[in-house]
Amino acid sequence: MKNRMRVEFDSISANEAFARVVVAAFMAQLNPSMEEVADVKTAVSEAVTNAIIHGYQGQVHTVEICGETEGRRLTVQIKDTGVGIPDVEKAMEPLYTSRPEAGRSGMGFLFMEAFMDEVQVESEPGKGTCVTMCKQIGTDGD
Amino acid sequence: MKKKRRTQKPERLKLEGTTLYIRVPGELDHHSADEISRSADRMLEEQNIRRMIFDFSDTGFCDSSGIGMLMGRYKMMKALGGEVRAVQVGERVAKILMLSGIMKIIPVERAEGGMER
Repeated sequence: MKNRMRVEFDSISANEAFARVVVAAFMAQLNPSMEEVADVKTAVSEAVTNAIIHGYQGQVHTVEICGETEGRRLTVQIKDTGVGIPDVEKAMEPLYTSRPEAGRSGMGFLFMEAFMDEVQVESEPGKGTCVTMCKQIGTDGD
Repeated sequence: MKKKRRTQKPERLKLEGTTLYIRVPGELDHHSADEISRSADRMLEEQNIRRMIFDFSDTGFCDSSGIGMLMGRYKMMKALGGEVRAVQVGERVAKILMLSGIMKIIPVERAEGGMER
């Protein structure tokens, strides 16, 4: 069965928790394990935090999340229309951060990649960033 | 109209001698990590602190912002000749800390018996 959802919210840090809960509720239909839910929540949190801190640099604009399930496959897209990433490959290097002074660990993409099966980043400077992440749910036997 | 009783916000920071205890909230993300970092840094400026102990008893969620928070405090305390430690760490948070490699520089004590999922 195929299912889709879309949600938009302001890019304020209090909405990071909201974004995690929305995606967790959406994926509940796939009857995931607690660990799978925690993994997806962490990955979503990373992408949404990036949109808020880096994409919009603290200004309030809109973050969009699209979710899709098809069979046991979950796809989550996190989009912003912020500053974009000039060099995606470099941004995805472990420990790289454009803002070391702001207490950023540089591990956001590392965590997204560790907890999801696929992570794809499309970005254009001045236009924004779209992170697409997929995960097969229920692979550890149910 | 019914009056709702609001539970008081628990005190997150507690100073005992030169040790600052920080009770980490249930979800440690960019939002809450910034809040904690700010108040811990303020304490560090005002008081003579040699140890910072982060208590993860309540924490079931942590992302890379939590790692950033710990790393930042570790650097500050190291510069002052002090130390940082994480205690009462449950299973999920332990997984995140392990993945980040921060366990190599900050001592991490697991919650007794683990916080089972």
